[in-house]
Amino acid sequence: MANKLNLENWVCPLPLKNYPTVVMGHGSGGKMMNDLIQHLFLPAYNNKSLNQMGDSAVLNLSGLGEGAGRLAFSTDSFVVSPLFFPGGNIGELAVHGTVNDLAMVGAKPLFLSVGYILEEGLPMETLGKITESLANACELAGVQMVTGDTKVVHKGQGDGIYINTSGIGLIPGNIDIGPTLAKVGDAVIVNGTMGDHGMAVLSVREGFEFESVIESDTAALNGLVDTILEVTKDVHCLRDATRGGMVAALNEIANSSNIGIEFDEDLVPVNPAVHSACEFLGLDPFYVANEGKMIVIVPEEQAGSVIEVMRQHPLGKNAVQIGRIVEDHPKMVLAKTGIGGMRIVDWPTGELLPRIC
Amino acid sequence: MKYLDEYRDKEKTELLIEQIEKKVTRPWSLMEICGGQTHSIMKSGLDQLLPPEINLIHGPGCPVCVTPLELIDKAISLASMPEIIFCSYGDMLRVPGSVGNLFSVRAAGGDVRIIYSPLDALRIAKNNPEKEVIFFGIGFETTAPANAMAVFQAKTQGVENFSILVSHVTVPPAIRAILESPEVNVDGFLAAGHVCAVMGYWEYEPIAKKYQTPIVVTGFEPVDLARGILNCIQLLEEGKIGVENAYPRYVQQQGNLEAQKLIKSVFEICDRKWRGIGNIPMSGYRLNEDYEKFDAERKFSGIQEIQTNESSVCISGEILQGIKKPDECSEFGSRCTPEFPIGATMVSDEGACAAYFRYGRMKLSRTNF
Repeated sequence: MANKLNLENWVCPLPLKNYPTVVMGHGSGGKMMNDLIQHLFLPAYNNKSLNQMGDSAVLNLSGLGEGAGRLAFSTDSFVVSPLFFPGGNIGELAVHGTVNDLAMVGAKPLFLSVGYILEEGLPMETLGKITESLANACELAGVQMVTGDTKVVHKGQGDGIYINTSGIGLIPGNIDIGPTLAKVGDAVIVNGTMGDHGMAVLSVREGFEFESVIESDTAALNGLVDTILEVTKDVHCLRDATRGGMVAALNEIANSSNIGIEFDEDLVPVNPAVHSACEFLGLDPFYVANEGKMIVIVPEEQAGSVIEVMRQHPLGKNAVQIGRIVEDHPKMVLAKTGIGGMRIVDWPTGELLPRIC
Repeated sequence: MKYLDEYRDKEKTELLIEQIEKKVTRPWSLMEICGGQTHSIMKSGLDQLLPPEINLIHGPGCPVCVTPLELIDKAISLASMPEIIFCSYGDMLRVPGSVGNLFSVRAAGGDVRIIYSPLDALRIAKNNPEKEVIFFGIGFETTAPANAMAVFQAKTQGVENFSILVSHVTVPPAIRAILESPEVNVDGFLAAGHVCAVMGYWEYEPIAKKYQTPIVVTGFEPVDLARGILNCIQLLEEGKIGVENAYPRYVQQQGNLEAQKLIKSVFEICDRKWRGIGNIPMSGYRLNEDYEKFDAERKFSGIQEIQTNESSVCISGEILQGIKKPDECSEFGSRCTPEFPIGATMVSDEGACAAYFRYGRMKLSRTNF
């Protein structure tokens, strides 16, 4: 990336240095806002569409792949607290969230927008670090940040920074992935340990000091999805297991596809530190948020080769089949328990944890 | 995870279930006292693996469930006052009061915080000397030592902006009330292991004798529960009465004497209303004279006067006494769900209705993977 910011010892580029914190003027639409855009956002996200600074980004879709017939479009807002947590920060989360939403329909994510809502008094250094993370995450995920917006709210009316990202991706013509497409007999696969992100965020909140550091799993899953699609185009559903964790994702699929899902509790990978922390706090890791985990539903006969290729990818090392789609009890998810019983694994109810994504 | 996985072991559980099957010759109704035990039974599916002769009745040992509506209304009033930080365990926020719950107080601008220990509330009080910090001190004998410690430390350290809204209840009077109710038919009890870790089980011996009902101190993991059930069935089948300890790795007969001393120094025994059941004499703790200035009910005016009657629709009282099962309620799963609970037993994960809803809503057929 050209003009890459060095935020290691972040020195605010002129004329931002006169403002160690965000002030209302940075959202005013005037000179100060222009300074912020020119000296922070443009260098960070540097690309042709953005640099034209139009009211809209004008995107050239030609030459983006054969058979690319359909657009995928998604949006997500990020209000995580704290802004920085082990394994990531709100910036990369904001890219991964939208990139993953696009990847879950088999789209190749291409362009993102970013909307910042900044609270007056936010240290400029913090904004710089977060923007740097957004930019890095875009680069790693192979997407461009092509348009954006900034608003500033009065002190006390926000929580430092809120970020919205929207994204556009292209779905190749021979791909048809969606939550309604799970079929009886399909295999249910996950790409790794459950509950890491939620517990990482919780662990750094006031009052929780776990002995071992739990790191968020925040990651862009489009690369892993690409490797799966190289093996087979016959993928029925993909779902990232974010808020509500794996259980919410499975229940969404069961409902949308009008099928039942059964999985074996003992087969679901859970990081031992996450397991301990969950036991300690009375939480179920299957309900805890992830930011780099997904449910993959493919025909049973494809499961072996899909898992094999997933395991070769850094984000799928612990990929495993945890269950399957069944005809019985449509719209319900059941788990085989450790002692051989069965239980209903219902939707999470309200959120008792402080917000985590 | 060590100290946990071995008590969730499939083979060990199966072995105990086999022994139960061999021993049992007729139907028996056992009541597990604690909501944590109910939750674990439903979550592990242990109830489906037991022989059909064994009927598990889910007891009143969920503090969220038995905290009376009146106390919830008092909590809501306190939390709505200006300059208050109201601290509570998370589950209490969703419990419906007469109007709204603590979540709605928070949405209306009240400072309601979820904490995991009463000592956190004390810390918040020290960090916010300009505010009054109130902790919602609920629970059985299990949480009493920690709550007592918070008040004890507040007094020792002179933290004057800290108080607790006490809703402590105790197990032995509840067992007596259940055994004296003509409608209740319990053959044996699985006592709550963590309560006994604090209080010991000497208190249960006269109860077992008087009511001719065996009581077995039981843990919370599937292996612990299966062991407790086996012990209880053995006593019943052999016609023996008494108290047995199936949770010896944590529980001793005399309990934790230091914790008992602390409870005694801070609390005194009082009558207490139980949600859905009504008043049970001498079944609760309140702060004693030495600590009364830390009692939120006495500290803030107008709180002691709040009086509320329970909803007439909810049968949680009958459920808590084991007279009815959750799915025998006409509102269960229709008007009353964990999302929109009518009664407290649907709120907490440990509540019998919520546990039924979450884990056992339908008759499960064995399915092989």
